Amino acid sequence: MIKPSSRESAFAGRELGIVVALVAVVVAATIARPSFLSGQGIHDLFLNASIIGLLAIGQALLVITRNIDLSVGSVMGLTAYLSGQLFLVDKDLPVIVVVLAGIGLGAVCGAINGALVAIAKVPALVVTLGTLYVFRGIDYAWASATDTTQINAYQMPQGFLDLGSGSLLGIPNLTLITLVVLGLTAYALHNFRAGRELYAIGSNPDAARLAGIPTGRRVFSAFVISGGLVGLGGVMHAAYFGTINASVGTGRELAVVAAVVVGGVAIFGGSGTVLGAVLGALLLTTITSALPILGVPAFWQRAVDGAALLVAISLDRAFMVRLAERLRAERAVRRA
Amino acid sequence: MQAVSALTAKVPPLLELRDVHKSFAAVHALRGVSLALHPGEVHGLAGENGAGKSTVVRVIGGEHRPDSGVVLVDDAPVGFSGPRDAQRHGIAVIHQEPTQFPDLTVAENVFMGRQPVRSFRRIDRASMNAKAAELFESLGVPIDPWRVTRGLSIADQQIIEIGKALSAEARIIVMDEPTAALSTVETERLFRVAKRLAENGAALLFISHRLEEMYEICHRVTVLRDGALVTSSPMADIDRDTLVRSMVGRSVEQLYPEQTGEAGAEALVVAGLTRAGVFADVSFSVRRGEIVGLAGLVGSGRSEVARAIFGVDPLDAGQVLVDGERLPLGDPRAAIRAGVAMVPEDRREQGLILDLSIERNATLPRLGAVSRWGLVSRAKERSLAAKWADRLGVKRRRLTDPVATLSGGNQQKVVLGKWLATEPGVLIVDEPTRGIDIGAKVEVHALLAELAASGIAVLMISSELPEVLGMADRVLVMHEGRLTEELSKEDATEESVLQAATGGAS
Repeated sequence: MIKPSSRESAFAGRELGIVVALVAVVVAATIARPSFLSGQGIHDLFLNASIIGLLAIGQALLVITRNIDLSVGSVMGLTAYLSGQLFLVDKDLPVIVVVLAGIGLGAVCGAINGALVAIAKVPALVVTLGTLYVFRGIDYAWASATDTTQINAYQMPQGFLDLGSGSLLGIPNLTLITLVVLGLTAYALHNFRAGRELYAIGSNPDAARLAGIPTGRRVFSAFVISGGLVGLGGVMHAAYFGTINASVGTGRELAVVAAVVVGGVAIFGGSGTVLGAVLGALLLTTITSALPILGVPAFWQRAVDGAALLVAISLDRAFMVRLAERLRAERAVRRA
Repeated sequence: MQAVSALTAKVPPLLELRDVHKSFAAVHALRGVSLALHPGEVHGLAGENGAGKSTVVRVIGGEHRPDSGVVLVDDAPVGFSGPRDAQRHGIAVIHQEPTQFPDLTVAENVFMGRQPVRSFRRIDRASMNAKAAELFESLGVPIDPWRVTRGLSIADQQIIEIGKALSAEARIIVMDEPTAALSTVETERLFRVAKRLAENGAALLFISHRLEEMYEICHRVTVLRDGALVTSSPMADIDRDTLVRSMVGRSVEQLYPEQTGEAGAEALVVAGLTRAGVFADVSFSVRRGEIVGLAGLVGSGRSEVARAIFGVDPLDAGQVLVDGERLPLGDPRAAIRAGVAMVPEDRREQGLILDLSIERNATLPRLGAVSRWGLVSRAKERSLAAKWADRLGVKRRRLTDPVATLSGGNQQKVVLGKWLATEPGVLIVDEPTRGIDIGAKVEVHALLAELAASGIAVLMISSELPEVLGMADRVLVMHEGRLTEELSKEDATEESVLQAATGGAS
């Protein structure tokens, strides 16, 4: 018999593994340049990981249900652009209104994806590959229709920019937002029926239907929530960078998926945690920051992200093969 | 048993089907089936494959809606909107291959969708695990509620399904061939649980291919044939022969052709085949002109042995000789070159490309023979396909029709034809007649006999005992990964094979 906790602890081990990798990267970078671990350095590491971490939380919800959303980069671009446009219309708009508008638009995009996946039964990979281009196209069309190629910081209120660059008790605002979302999502996934049902759907979709789980509704909701988080990410991006054009977020989808997979969320659903996904995002952004310090030219960055992804997937695969072998061996022992 | 039958005459049934009809496209799966399940009673449902048993299960479980007729629970007509609705009416279905969430814990599998909750509708894990532990305790089968279900045996998974049914307070429990993959000990354990459920007032519908089990546990039996109800009677009032006759509708002998082949030289010899945890030390031989049946329960390793011989699955030890030549292990191309052909268990998944035309499917392993300079010649392809389709009597409109448009029996003939076109010396067939109608079965059987007579060595794997007994010159029986028995045609009876297959022999 395998011990009750052996698999769970193996996955806790996964999160531990990311932390170990993270420490290794940080130590190496700090030896090369001690300021890497200064107060400002840590501040920057967390800030860099905040937006992608937020996107990874939403993506993890979908991957757990055996789905995926490739349109996150485009949705993020669209909502970032929306927040800029709203301030162009009325610079005195309350910040909260813009934040809610961004979340709302993101949720609508998520609902479109979710409806096509859950109701029209089109595979998520295909649906979101399509909407990746559609949402980006809308973004560009909007920019050209309003003849605004770029929206700059001076066109936005200071209160909004403070949201992006400010901090509370030394922790950047954006990091706080991501941590709060992470805490709520992790708690809900663990403690509410709907959360466990997302795992059930990803673990065995047919069994989930037989167990009477409303799989379509759950998957749809996951897309809407993930879309809302991406919308929030878009607004955060606008507030942080203060410069927005129609190509914000291009290509981010792959980084987000990589973070989720590196973070130990099984790509075929059913297992993994949002904490792992956020740690995956933190690891990848930290590697990116550390590369130039370690003397690796910046253009290697993508290759290193890809390599991290491959290492993570190979480790998962090796783990599953070992588990299967152990189970086979156990059965052989029981028979003998 | 008598007492219970007398009792049920007065107690109203928990569930009743009245004149239920159900069709799928052209197939009339159920034609007017009526059935009543009483509390405290185990009701057997018998019939051959394709008789409509699974459809009855799906109608009761809320997966299918009947086209006409009614389902009544507690004498009130119900129209289930889906599985959950059926569950709400106290119905639980335990499938042959339980459907679980391998990544989740045992307790979560039991309580999915119905987890005990505390304040703010949060899941109460402590109470959930305690309840699950209590449940398995009461069933007399301790299973750790905290472990994930991945890797549990099918027997344990079924117990989890039963736990699920009990925790949902199901009163109507359907068991669809639950014993097909169980050992004798596991079957006894399941029966103890099932009897206890009935004593506590549940109504059970029990499906099995093993008639002994029916006599052991059922109070009443209903027989289906070709979707229609043949008979329904107290188990004590129906003898074995009558039961078999009502299931088959004709005497079994007529289904199987006369064997004429003379056994020749050994064409296939396997020695000491071992794959850790799957099968161990399997040795046997098949002669030219001989049909050897490989019997055993689902999960005994039969198909795995066949796959390993053909080189699809890896081997830890052992060797395979074809016509005295040693085959390199794990290389299907070498096996094909040496003259081995394998018709896999699942023709839809592994044997055919359903969307391709009949001719394309038929010539797939023989593209070399119909090509010139790497380009496939349509004319040669067509003539080769036509030759085999005619020889096998494939009923089709055009050779260019997709294989998906054919009936199951004709699809199987295309798979056979596809491999026969490679002119094999050794033919391995896995479940050659699963899910095809009785007429097509007879044709496939005749074909296999003819092939053996022409000097091909045939290894036939089948879960249908009558098929093994009717076709094979020799019967090999596997039990839990080991070859436990070899029986000549004379010695092979349903009893002797089942004994060996369930570990009763030796």
